[in-house]
Amino acid sequence: MPGVSVIETESLTKRYPKVTALDRLTVDIGPGVTGLVGANGAGKSTLIKILLGLAPATEGTARVLGKDSATEGGAIRERVGYMPEHDCLPPDVSATEFVVHMARMSGLPRTAARERTADTLRHVGLYEERYRPMGGYSTGMKQRVKLAQALVHDPRLVLLDEPTNGLDPAGRDEMLGLIRRIHTDFGISVLVTSHLLGELERTSDHIVVVDGGRLLRSQTTASFTEATASLAIEVTDSDAHPDGTGALTAALADRGFAVTAGAGHLVHVEAADEAVYDAVRDAIADLGLGLIRMEQRRHRIAEVFQDAPDAPRAQDTPHALAGQEAAT
Amino acid sequence: MSTTPSTTPADARIHDIGYRSYEGERLGAMYARRSLLVHSLRGAFGLGRSARAKVLPFGLFAIMCMPAVVMVAVAVTTGLDELPIEYSGYTMFMQPIIGLYIALAAPQMVSLDLRFKTIPLYFSRPIDRSDYVSAKAAALASALFVFSAIPLVIAYAGGLLAELGFTDQTTAFLRGLVVTAIFCVVHAAVALLVASLTPRRGFGVAAIISVLTIPYFAATAIMAVADEQGSTDAVGWLALFSPGTLVEGIEARFFGGEVEFPGEVMPSAAAGAAYLVAAAALTALCYVLLTRRYRKAGL
Ligand SMILES: Nc1ncnc2c1ncn2[C@@H]1O[C@H](COP(=O)(O)OP(=O)(O)O)[C@@H](O)[C@H]1O
Ligand SMILES: [Mg+2]
Repeated sequence: MPGVSVIETESLTKRYPKVTALDRLTVDIGPGVTGLVGANGAGKSTLIKILLGLAPATEGTARVLGKDSATEGGAIRERVGYMPEHDCLPPDVSATEFVVHMARMSGLPRTAARERTADTLRHVGLYEERYRPMGGYSTGMKQRVKLAQALVHDPRLVLLDEPTNGLDPAGRDEMLGLIRRIHTDFGISVLVTSHLLGELERTSDHIVVVDGGRLLRSQTTASFTEATASLAIEVTDSDAHPDGTGALTAALADRGFAVTAGAGHLVHVEAADEAVYDAVRDAIADLGLGLIRMEQRRHRIAEVFQDAPDAPRAQDTPHALAGQEAAT
Repeated sequence: MSTTPSTTPADARIHDIGYRSYEGERLGAMYARRSLLVHSLRGAFGLGRSARAKVLPFGLFAIMCMPAVVMVAVAVTTGLDELPIEYSGYTMFMQPIIGLYIALAAPQMVSLDLRFKTIPLYFSRPIDRSDYVSAKAAALASALFVFSAIPLVIAYAGGLLAELGFTDQTTAFLRGLVVTAIFCVVHAAVALLVASLTPRRGFGVAAIISVLTIPYFAATAIMAVADEQGSTDAVGWLALFSPGTLVEGIEARFFGGEVEFPGEVMPSAAAGAAYLVAAAALTALCYVLLTRRYRKAGL
C-alpha cells in the first residue's frame, strides 16, 4: 500500500570496512508504534542514521514520510524527531533552556519554541525540575528530556534508539507507557529500538526483528502472538486417574491436538480454533476430573523466537534471556 | 497565548492537559543556523549560562577596555593632540589579552557539544554539518570582534570628545576596525579548528594558547636574528609564519600602522601581497579542515 508507509526500505545495505551493518533490508512500516528488535550490533542504530539522511547507504533505498533519505534528508529531519541511545545533554543548562534551543534548531520561532517546550516537558512528566541544571537529573529524568527534545517540534515520526536503556523496571514501564501515548494521544508514529526481545510487545503494533543486519521477521504484534495462542489447563487428580494431568494430556493427544506440558501441573493445548474448547470439556468430563482453571495463554514474543530455528541470539545474549524470563 | 491561533480549536485551553499539535511556521535551516550563531555568540560571553561562566569573559573584557578608558581620560584632561596608541595598533598591542579570550571562548563554543555528545541532536535537525561549522565560526569571529572593537569605540568617542579632529579620527578608527576584523576572522578559524580536535576544554585552552604564542614568538625571534645579520628583507617574509605577525604585517603595510617588527623596516609590497594571500589561505584551510572534522563527528 504505497502512500500509507511511514518508513520504506528496499534492499537497504550498509557496509563498513569490516562489517556489513545492514544486509539487503526490505521493510515497509505503516503508522503506529513499531518495535525494531535485535541484539547489539544488529544494525538498528545504523538504520536510523540512514533514515535521517546522515549516512549514505551502500546500496538500496530508504524513504521516510514519502521522502528519499539519500536526497531529501533536510526535509525529513524537519518532520522527524530523534532520540539517541547515548547521553547527549549538557549538564550546566536547564531542561527548559535546552529544549527551547533544540526547538529553535528545528525551525520553530522563538515564542512557539517556548510554548511547545513547556507543553512537551509537561507531557513527558517533567515539572519543577525543568528549571534546574540537567547535571543533577536521574537517568529517568534525562531520558524524559531526551524524549522531549525529539517531540518538541511536533514531528510526524519519532525514532527512539533504545529509550529504556539504563532504566530500572519501574522507569522502563513508565517510558514504555509514554511511548505508547506518543502514538495514541499525540498521533505521532514511533520507531523504537530495543535489544530486549520481550520488551516492546505490549507497546508496539508492529515488530521488526533484525539480526546481523538482515530482516528476520516483520509482522504485527497481534499476529506474532495470536498465531500461537494456546490454552493453559489445570485439572485435579481422581482415584481412577491418580495423574490427572497425564491422563488429560493423553486424552487430548488422542483427539489429535498438539499438547505440551507447562509449568507445574499445567497442560498447554494449541488453540487453533473454537473446537478445542469443546474437546477439552469433553475430555475432562469423560475422565471424571475436576477443572481447576483454564485460561487463554498468549505466547510472549521471546518464546516464539526461542522456538524458531533462526532465532536472534536469544540463547547467547544475557539481556535477551532476562527479557524472556520476565515474560514467562 | 496560543502559537497556533488559526488551527487550535477554541476549547484547547479547557482541555489544557491534552496534546496540542503544532501547525505554525517551520523556519528551516537558515533560521536554525542563525539561531545557533546567536546562541553561541551569547555563550561566548557566558550569557544564558551560570554567573560563574560570566566572570572570566567579562573580567578579560574589563582589562581589554582599561587602556582605552585611561587613554581617553588622559586625552580629555591634559588636552593631547593625538591618542597615545593608534586604533589599529591598539588591537595589536592587546593581542595577549585577546589571545586569552580566544583560548577561553573557542573551546566553550565547540568542546562542550563534543564532550556531552550534543552534536547528534543538531545533525538530526534540518541544519547540516557545514551550517553548524559556519554558524560556530561566525559566532566566534563575532565574539572576538565585539570583544576587541568596543575598546576602539570607547577610544573613538573619547577622541571626538577631546576634539582631536573628526576626519582624522574617523578614518583611523575605520582602519582600526578593518584590521581588527581581519585579526578576528583569521584567529577565530585557527582557534576553532584547534578547539574542535578535543572534547576536553582544558586541553583546548592550552592547545590554543600554544598555537597562538609559540609560532608568534618563534617568528619574532627569527626575525630579530635576521635583522641582526642584516637581512632586512627576510624580516618581512618571516612574518608569514605566525597568524599574529601576519596580521601585524597587514596592519603596517596596508593600514598605516607602525612597523613593530625587529628593525622596524616596512615590509616589501610583495611581502604585503603575500600576507593577504596567506591570511585568506590560512582561514580557508582551517575552515575546510573543520568541516572535514565534523563529517566524522556524526551520530
Ligand atoms: N561508523 C562505523 N564504522 C564501522 N563500523 C560501524 C560503524 N557504526 C556501526 N558499525 C558496526 O555496524 C554494526 C551495526 O551497528 P549498530 O547499527 O550500532 O547496531 P545496533 O544499534 O543494533 O546495536 C556493528 O557491528 C557495528 O560495530
Ligand atoms: Mg544501537
